[in-house]
This record gives sequence, structure tokens and C-alpha cells, in this order.
Amino acid sequence: MTRLLAALVAGAFALGLAACGERPQVVTYKQGTYQGKPDTQPWSNPPFNGNKEQWEQAIRTRMQSQNEYKRAS
Amino acid sequence: MARMKFLCDAERCIECNGCVTACKQEHEIPWGVNRRRVVTINDGVPGERSISVACMHCSDAPCAAVCPVDCFYKTEDGVVLHDKDLCIGCGYCFYACPFGAPQFPQAGAFGQRGKMDKCTFCAGGPEADRSEAEFKKYGRNRLAEGKLPACAEMCATKALLGGDGDVLADIYRERVTIRGRGGEVWGWAAAYGPAPGKGQAPAAPAQQSGGKKS
Repeated sequence: MTRLLAALVAGAFALGLAACGERPQVVTYKQGTYQGKPDTQPWSNPPFNGNKEQWEQAIRTRMQSQNEYKRAS
Repeated sequence: MARMKFLCDAERCIECNGCVTACKQEHEIPWGVNRRRVVTINDGVPGERSISVACMHCSDAPCAAVCPVDCFYKTEDGVVLHDKDLCIGCGYCFYACPFGAPQFPQAGAFGQRGKMDKCTFCAGGPEADRSEAEFKKYGRNRLAEGKLPACAEMCATKALLGGDGDVLADIYRERVTIRGRGGEVWGWAAAYGPAPGKGQAPAAPAQQSGGKKS
């Protein structure tokens, strides 16, 4: 009987402690500022590996290829 | 730094819906969600005009202004993106957007509204670039591959242009100059009519009459 009581008390303690590891579920909003996850720059990963100049050159080339007057002449 | 914009030349758009298809295919967009669509004015009437519409990546985006959870952000290149993990699918952005860009997937048998989905300028979202999570939530990140949006690059007549606003303006200005008309499609006179006391809206300067530039 004493063992059962001890086990029950231990179980209750374990359950009570389980809540201690809980993370807050509610986001605290600061109005007017972005609250989400940060994003990386488009040039920060392969194939550009942080080379912004190279990325800008690639985009510039693509933009100019939309101008068929430039492509034709 | 570039300010990424779209520009649709109504004189060239032939309502082929190639941009819509390219977008759907590139990002594997679910049924019922249209990040881009083609709007035709005076459909079937001679002189009808079509224009391809999606998120215009506004400089002062009204969607971001009304969002109650502030899930919108603007990249260094002026692309308006949002965090789907934060979005609550309230629909305020849909009411605020003058272009009807925000889309809401219908989830479940009772048509519950899902999290907002919109054109990302093929720039993904706040996940690791070109990751599986980014693709599932936001679609392909073509900008990180050094490419422009699929819709603009796929456009057969090059009616839809995408990229830095200044470059697009230069391309469009050159076109208008060469074809000698079409400048009246955009601008003050098109939006508000001719100025008081003037009969006609000012037309584009006709420097050359059609054909290629020599």
C-alpha cells in the first residue's frame, strides 16, 4: 500500500514538472514591425556564395534579354 | 539596389495565359489559387486590351499596412514577401490589395480558408534558400538562382516584363518610341482623362514609324 502511494506521489510530481518545460505558445506582437523569421539574401547561397556583384550581373543580363531590340541588333 | 517590379505592355499582351501557366507550373500552385491572372477589358470587342496582373510589389504595400500580425516584409530588392508560419489567414490583405493579389487556398470539405498565398516575384520566402521547406510553402526561388520570374521570362510576346523598375522603364520607353504609339496607355491622361481645356490625351512622340531601330 505504501509503495503504491509512493508511486502515485512520484507520478503526480512528474506530471507537475512536465509543465515546467513548456514553451510560451503565444507570440507577442510589436505592431508595425515584421515579426516573422529572417530571410537570407538571394546571393548568399550557391551558386553565388555571397558574391553580390556576380548575382547582380546575372540579373542584369536576364533583364536586358527581355529587350528584343537589343537582342536583335 | 534594384527595385523589382512587373510591367505589362497592354499593346503586346495577346491573352495567351502563358504567364499564368508558367507560374502554376513553376511553383506547383494548387487548384483554386492563382498568383497571376490575365484581365481583359472589352473582351470580344475590337480594340480589346489584356493585362497580366499579380502582386505589384508595392513600394508602400497596403497589405503590410493592414496585416494584424505583421507577417509582411520587403527584401532589399523591393520584393514584398510574407511569413506563412505567422499568417493567420484573416483576409485583411485581400481587402486592402487593389490588385486582388492575395489568394487563399480552400482547405477541407467545408472550405476553410488557409494561409495567404501570393506572387513572390519568384523569390521564395523566409526559409533556407532553395530548400524543400521554401518550395513547399512559397514555391521556387528563381531569384536565388540568378533568374527573373518565370512568368516574365516565359512571356512569348515579351508583354510582361520583370526586373528593376528603371530598366523596365527604359525598355518600355524604347518600344514606345520605335512603334510610335502606346505611350497613352499609361500615365496621367490614361488614368484621369485629358487635362481641362485639351481635347485629346497626349500621345507618345512618333519619332520613327514602326520597324526596327537602325
